[in-house]
Amino acid sequence: MKQFNGKVLFLDRSDINTDEIIPARYLTEISKEALKPYLLEDLELQGFDVKKDIEPAQVVISRANFGCGSSREHAPWAFEVNDINLVIGESFARIFKQNMFNCGMMAVELAPETIDEIFSTFKGKETTLETDLASGTFTLSSGSVKKEIPFSISGFDRALVEAEGWVGYADKHY
Amino acid sequence: MGKTIAEKIFDSHRVDNPFGDIHVIRLDAVFCHEITTPVAINDLVSRGMDRVFDPKKIKAVIDHVTPAKDSKTALQGKILRDWARRHDIIDFFDIGKNGVCHAIFPEKGFVRPGYTIIMGDSHTCTHGAFGAFAAGVGTTDLEVGILKGVCAFHYPKSIKVVVDGELPKGVFAKDVILAIIGRLGVNGATNKVIEFEGSVVDSMSMEARMTLCNMAIEAGGTCGICAPDMTTVDYLWDFIKDDYKDKDSALADFRTYTADADAEYDQVIRMNAAELSPMVTFGYKPDQVKPVKDMEGTAVHQVYIGSCTNGRLEDLRIAAEILKGKTISPELRAIVSPATPDIFKKALDEGIIKIFMDAGFCVTNPTCGACLGMSNGVLAEGEVCASTTNRNFNGRMGKGGMVHLMSPATAAETAVAGVIKNSSMYKG
Ligand code: SF4
Repeated sequence: MKQFNGKVLFLDRSDINTDEIIPARYLTEISKEALKPYLLEDLELQGFDVKKDIEPAQVVISRANFGCGSSREHAPWAFEVNDINLVIGESFARIFKQNMFNCGMMAVELAPETIDEIFSTFKGKETTLETDLASGTFTLSSGSVKKEIPFSISGFDRALVEAEGWVGYADKHY
Repeated sequence: MGKTIAEKIFDSHRVDNPFGDIHVIRLDAVFCHEITTPVAINDLVSRGMDRVFDPKKIKAVIDHVTPAKDSKTALQGKILRDWARRHDIIDFFDIGKNGVCHAIFPEKGFVRPGYTIIMGDSHTCTHGAFGAFAAGVGTTDLEVGILKGVCAFHYPKSIKVVVDGELPKGVFAKDVILAIIGRLGVNGATNKVIEFEGSVVDSMSMEARMTLCNMAIEAGGTCGICAPDMTTVDYLWDFIKDDYKDKDSALADFRTYTADADAEYDQVIRMNAAELSPMVTFGYKPDQVKPVKDMEGTAVHQVYIGSCTNGRLEDLRIAAEILKGKTISPELRAIVSPATPDIFKKALDEGIIKIFMDAGFCVTNPTCGACLGMSNGVLAEGEVCASTTNRNFNGRMGKGGMVHLMSPATAAETAVAGVIKNSSMYKG
């Protein structure tokens, strides 16, 4: 199973699209690794520095409709090769979310109030997140501030995560 | 309760129902092209699972950028080619024999009523024209399709679109689907199958039905579907004649995949064909649609006739009828790309290619080419293209370019006029 723990990158905006995640000009690449330097290259967001902020991050927390736009699976891959396997947001575009779980990664939805609270408590601070998949709990911590947040994912999505993606799941079952 | 076409197909192909409304279905065909398949191939290789579930059910083509335009696209083609050889995929169409995926695969008889098909390409919905369930998927779904011959979907809900009456002369399948997308909106059919019905659909050729189903995805639809009938049997007859004693028995078999009278739909839309007119898009979304007459006079720099939407013989014939004995306006350039080698050859035999060339068109080899702005007619910034393709997204045919989607008739007339213009076939 993939790792869903680590330092959090906050992307405080809704509708971050797949072109911002990985621009179309890189679709002629034939390996996932080749996408590594280009993750979020075209994202313009105040306080976000593509050169410094991606390297240490393992978790992304954003707002609504994350991953909208084209269906390219290059978007989850670009996160994956940068060791970011978990994106948390208010909501996701359907295909992006499916592609994430198909890759054994997680796109987890939390209530807008919860997302608001996370941003107001932790944004701008060194924050780490730990995932307890069995109990369905995220633990966010920054210095002495700690917060436990319950989450849930569907049975199928959980099975995909445990199988490290749809390829692993299908290989075992079909 | 009765069933829709898609429900019948799912119920006859289910291998598992692991969770809730997730259904895993057996695939009758997996289609592959050189843009989305190489990553799946490389991933299978790196997992030590470089296998295919059934080489006869996998069909592959190099079509998006062909012949290759640079080293990267050459490598994409090479990976697909080497893989097809390695796994004895006989139905692999390489340079010289290749054409646009959604035109060449049906032409070879690979699509049959009741089939389940996936491809790493959003316009896979085209093949629903044969009464098949065909859906575009991401690379991981494609990878599992190649390896296991299965795919997981939510149990399909359907929208029924009924087009009754008779289309006015000069109004074509492209105009019908643009009008439908205008009504549904770009998200109106998301996660749903669009079933097309009515006297207009009944009287359409398979080519026209493919044009109709091709753009279901532009309303967000997973697949477009037309019920199989004698037109479907006639189209497929050469490929199936050994399996049936006559056409009627083939039809009786295919009719398994028609909807029940009491099937349940999420939504039913009715349209009167007599009220339809030639349509064109005006913005960056395919639901931004207007009658051509409201856009007449709009300046155009390039006309493009081709693609999986409108690059078939019937489309070229209609355009040639308008272009015969005329030349294109000096204000623009024009490109025609017959969608497959077979279409190209027939167009040559019928004198259609000569008509295009005499009119001043550039005739390219069969390829997706300009449709996705990667080769063979990319627009410069600020340029406008009158195009028979299916997407007018910002930058689709070249950064900073504008695309107006329309029928081959409107595109041909526009080429002659130099500005967007209703075709002489339309008397509205
Ligand atoms: S012709 Fe255009 S829309 Fe059709 S498959 Fe090729 S790139 Fe896609």
